[in-house]
Amino acid sequence: MKSEKSGLIVSVSPHIKDTETTERIMWSVSLSLLPAVLMGVYFFGPRAAFTIIASILSAVLSEYIFLKAMKKKVVALDGSAFLTGLLLGLNLPPSVPFFIPVIGAIVAVIITKQLFGGLGYNIFNPALIGRAFLLVSFPRLMTVWNEPAAAFIHLDARTTATPLGILKEEGVIKLIEVFGDKGNLYSQLLIGHRGGCIGETSILALLIGATFLMYKKYITWHIPLAFLGTVSLIAWIFGGQEGLFTGDPLLHLMTGGLMLGAFFMATDYVTSPSVKSGQILFGTGCGFLTMLIRLKGGYPEGVMFAILIMNCFSPLIDRGFRSKVFGAVKKPAKGAKQ
Amino acid sequence: MISALFRGGIHPPDKKNLSAKKPITTASQPDTVFIPLSQHLGAPCKAVVTPGQEVKKGELIGEPGGFVSAPVHSSVSGKVAAIGEFPNAMGRMVTSVVIENNGRDEWTILKDTPDFDRLSPEELRGKIKNAGIVGMGGAAFPTVVKLSPPKEKPIDTVILNGAECEPYLTADYRLMIEHPEEIIRGLGILMKIFGVPRGYIGIEDNKPDAVEKMNQALQEKETIEVVTLPAKYPQGAEKMLIKSITGREIPPRALPMDVKVVVQNVGTARAVFEAVRYGKPLIERVLTVTGGGIHEPRNLFVKVGTLISNLIEECGGMREDAVKVISGGPMMGFALPSPDVPVTKGTSGIVVMSEQEMVHAAEFGPCIRCGRCIEICPMGLMPSMLSIYAEKGFYEGAKEYNLFDCFECGSCAFVCPSKRPIVQLVRLAKSMVKP
Ligand code: SF4
Ligand code: SF4
Repeated sequence: MKSEKSGLIVSVSPHIKDTETTERIMWSVSLSLLPAVLMGVYFFGPRAAFTIIASILSAVLSEYIFLKAMKKKVVALDGSAFLTGLLLGLNLPPSVPFFIPVIGAIVAVIITKQLFGGLGYNIFNPALIGRAFLLVSFPRLMTVWNEPAAAFIHLDARTTATPLGILKEEGVIKLIEVFGDKGNLYSQLLIGHRGGCIGETSILALLIGATFLMYKKYITWHIPLAFLGTVSLIAWIFGGQEGLFTGDPLLHLMTGGLMLGAFFMATDYVTSPSVKSGQILFGTGCGFLTMLIRLKGGYPEGVMFAILIMNCFSPLIDRGFRSKVFGAVKKPAKGAKQ
Repeated sequence: MISALFRGGIHPPDKKNLSAKKPITTASQPDTVFIPLSQHLGAPCKAVVTPGQEVKKGELIGEPGGFVSAPVHSSVSGKVAAIGEFPNAMGRMVTSVVIENNGRDEWTILKDTPDFDRLSPEELRGKIKNAGIVGMGGAAFPTVVKLSPPKEKPIDTVILNGAECEPYLTADYRLMIEHPEEIIRGLGILMKIFGVPRGYIGIEDNKPDAVEKMNQALQEKETIEVVTLPAKYPQGAEKMLIKSITGREIPPRALPMDVKVVVQNVGTARAVFEAVRYGKPLIERVLTVTGGGIHEPRNLFVKVGTLISNLIEECGGMREDAVKVISGGPMMGFALPSPDVPVTKGTSGIVVMSEQEMVHAAEFGPCIRCGRCIEICPMGLMPSMLSIYAEKGFYEGAKEYNLFDCFECGSCAFVCPSKRPIVQLVRLAKSMVKP
């Protein structure tokens, strides 16, 4: 507001603000995924790049068209639709037909985000709902895994099974056999030379991005550590074939979409709890459900459904885990009048 | 001493270098002063002068209208020109005494008390009361009220607030550098009033020279300790300061005296000393005129009632790109609709902000639940929920989230990446529901 007489601006305190903005956060998270994008394209070729681009363009465009149609302020370039598209793209198999990312992005942006009230009001992680919808509707297309070739000449790369798939169907001995020996298995998993979704395979690339996000304080350790810790623990205790405490936690950490999910999807501000103690519970729940599905469920991978299920609980967790009010001795009992 | 520290808080750019090196200088004599008869919470004063009457500097012009009130004195010698309604800094019309300054600075007769050490606590309180002293850190709460807690609330610690955690402001800093003895003697008087053996002066660690000066001035006084506090806003908020120095947490809605502590600003301590020793009423104060929108930032010794526009002129005037004038600091001060309003006893600074320093508040986005505000809220609240409920008009919901424990420090709005006007929404909610 401007004072008419003096021309001075009159507004409520505080009069200075931090330079951080929502847009910058969205673009920074997108940037942190660049290593994963590069590795994905390196291993899976131009098809992977097309899939990612199609996904991003569809996400941004659907947001733009939706906001225009609803006569709302167009904020399609605030980076959030871009990030959703990018995450969706990275969560798709490399050589899906063109319409797959388009449908996924529409479901993610319009149904999961905008129809719930737009950024900040969605309950579920948009990219994950997009992917879940695709997996349920096009189960065959969504489980065709290209063999990483790193060879740009072979546009029709051969298909393969994902390590988690092999682990589930044929066991760890077979998995080691496929990769030669154990050392080779770990190192291949680390750089991402294996079948899987475009952005989930290179653990190294994902860790670089995650380190950047933590260094910039865009995310904290609470959710990822609780998530990965729980997965490791359960994998160690129940994941082995020779009885309790014979599992290989490292194998579970480096396969499937766990790293991508734990650092980049479970940490989504909007759909995870805001208080740190609640975040630890949230991460633990994600880890537990992931392993429940991986070890006992019908799908080889459980990260996506685990995060989506925990998304439902976020509002509840936020209610239960409030921050401690300064000077308050105990949290007042529910409904207690002060 | 290492302090206990409170949880949360922020590190805004402090910009104190604009004025930190400028010694306190006396502002030039204003032609006219406009002295509001209501300068704080509580009952306004009743005028005891009439238009046309000659007054001396330090003469009583307004009598307190109740217990929570403080008398008002003339800051110049001259003639009462009018008593009427004039705008105060908040833009409200308040009864004010307008005095034409004759420029001679003639003092009324003041009662000198060189042996003030012999005065009883009651006599000391009387002198502080008659001098019209109020908290000079901004709140302007009548000091004598704070010095008169009920019998069942004993005090065991007096703390002087030298944190000056608001960015830009350097008035308290300069006072500590230039008048450390007077501040310490003021603290001694406050300690004597309560009969407490220990006093603390809390200073943020971004003012090492103030810590040093105060320590030098302390000499062998073992009863007073300077506590260096980590610089972090809002370190100077009473609750946070008490927590940092004594480790005690004031329960929600309680007062410092409930944890046996009294806090006074360093400027107030100096005013207390001058009132007790020289009988001087509170008619002048040190304030910082600063900001990127002013030509020459300075620390000025100013008469209460001087128009802020005069001070801006004195500091070289506003720059081309000045867009906002704030009374107080940029975190908790308020924007002036016009600079033609008087300085009061509680005016700790004038910040003229340039276009470049300003964040335009009009555009804000939805809460993305990033949790930043929750992390930094020094009161341990969930500002995100307060703002969401208030925005939607569910004021009762905001109350559930401890709305009334928010003291509007602005830290949450500072860090919010969506630039949500959280403090504004909190105020709205507070005005819509009963505590
Ligand atoms: S303004 Fe209120 S809610 Fe915001 S940080 Fe300060 S005390 Fe917390
Ligand atoms: S800082 Fe702003 S966007 Fe983040 S949770 Fe708080 S109100 Fe929401």
